[in-house]
Amino acid sequence: MVENEGIQRYVAHVILWVGIAVVAFPVYLAFVASTQDNALIANGQMSLLPGGHFLETYYRTIFVGTSGTTREPVGMMLFNSFIMAMSIALGKIAISIISAYAIVFFRFPFRMTVFWIIFITLMLPVEVRIYPTYKIAADLNLLDSYSGLALPLIASATATLLFRQFFMTVPDELLEASRIDGAGPFRFFKDTLLPLSRTNMAALFVILFIYGWNQYLWPLLITTRDDMQTIQVGIRKMIVTSDALTEWPIVMATAILAMLPPVAVVILMQKLFVRGLVETEK
Amino acid sequence: MQKQSVFTSRWLPFALIAPQLVIVLVFFYWPAGQAVRQSFLLQDAFGLSTTFIWFENYRDLLSEPEYFATIVRTFVFAFAIAMSSLSLALLFAVMADKPLRGVALYRTLLIWPYAVAPPVAGVLWVFMLNPSLGVLARGLREMGVDWNPLLDGNQAALLVILASAWKQISYNFLFFLAGLQSIPKSVHEAAAIDGARPMRRFWTVTFPLLTPTIFFLIVVNIVYAFFDTFGVIDTMTRGGPAKATETLVYKVYVDGLLGGNLGSSAAQSVILMGLVIVLTAIQFRFVERKVTY
Repeated sequence: MVENEGIQRYVAHVILWVGIAVVAFPVYLAFVASTQDNALIANGQMSLLPGGHFLETYYRTIFVGTSGTTREPVGMMLFNSFIMAMSIALGKIAISIISAYAIVFFRFPFRMTVFWIIFITLMLPVEVRIYPTYKIAADLNLLDSYSGLALPLIASATATLLFRQFFMTVPDELLEASRIDGAGPFRFFKDTLLPLSRTNMAALFVILFIYGWNQYLWPLLITTRDDMQTIQVGIRKMIVTSDALTEWPIVMATAILAMLPPVAVVILMQKLFVRGLVETEK
Repeated sequence: MQKQSVFTSRWLPFALIAPQLVIVLVFFYWPAGQAVRQSFLLQDAFGLSTTFIWFENYRDLLSEPEYFATIVRTFVFAFAIAMSSLSLALLFAVMADKPLRGVALYRTLLIWPYAVAPPVAGVLWVFMLNPSLGVLARGLREMGVDWNPLLDGNQAALLVILASAWKQISYNFLFFLAGLQSIPKSVHEAAAIDGARPMRRFWTVTFPLLTPTIFFLIVVNIVYAFFDTFGVIDTMTRGGPAKATETLVYKVYVDGLLGGNLGSSAAQSVILMGLVIVLTAIQFRFVERKVTY
């Protein structure tokens, strides 16, 4: 633009690097701790450079687990988290896309009532109905099961709204045309709508996978068995109130492993991620 | 807005809508209804008899000084978390909006913490600031600060606020950046030609044009501070010491866990529901109107 921009640019670079350092430092420290000896850390003698225990710590974390608190290996927790995140993401997309299809492409009694019933669930997050929801899940025999982890979180007002909005923009001519070709509601959905929704579904999947992976309160309530807990719940149980017993390298390795899948998704699919985030939140 | 041409079928639309409807009714409306119902009931210790007592649970709850303190504390947390992470994020977003070399890399390096779960954020910060072995705590002690969040309630609160705000920076950054990029460059150029210096241009041109984004983010951040900090608190302090970090949501969780007063816990849930409804309504109002000038 107009003024001398040399100094301004220099300042901007510095501020951004400071920001990145602030954001990354806790994670860097976690990684460093996960490669060091526990005794050293417990003494407060931790070095700020990576140590030599990388393979040993990660092997123990994934396949063995901590010796004291939760004996469950973190590999199992990762598996549980993965199942939960995938079922939530795919389940939400599946049931939302068919509800939106019904609401937009059919006329039936109470159509708008149904729409509002789904919409209002936005205002009922699990935090405001913790124990009654827990009780229902217990009554339905869903404790300590994958369906218990995923099912109650599978309804999605935002995804339904998003697909509804998108379907509204699909021109009427497309429906007319496939009708002339003799397509019924199933064919039209499969051959026309699904291919058109591919990008929307991918963007939504990225956001919902992260959402599912990062759930905490619900898995905390619904799992009692150690072999059913997700990584987010497992990591809390590894921290013992008396510091001496906490195996910090393993806790920190678990933190790194818990972050890895969702962070990888954000970085590798950045375009889809940003699109999904902006669309679901607006 | 309605579609002109649609399919006709008596049963198909209901079959399509059924899965979502069943889940919503079973896991959302039924429990919410139960919470509302229980909030009007008094149950004896063995759950054998219940009496309908109108608003007594609410009256008892609101007259407890402890509950009032929790409300105030939750709002203080929300304010501190929102202010700190919003202002940092805005600063970074303004810088990352400039045509710098390597700006795409900067953006990537600033948005990834979005994917860090709140409990993990809690674990990371509790480790850095652990009084006996944390790296930052060591630094604080060398500076002469008597750092012990296990005993000092204010320090514990600071811990929770730091971790929660840290995690939220990237989210706010992303939306600020999107907001900044939607402001036409010509507006800046016009202001520059009029002789406004960069700082003045920011406060008189950019900032006012960002107000829709700012309002939106304030609401989102308050919701975040109310609900998503649960994971941070549970891993860092578990509400302690002496309830210094207990927020409204955490109190519902703890009170129910102890299996204490069902009616009071239900009344707390209903109050939270009211809060979410208000916040969501505000959010939708702003989204509908898009406060622009």
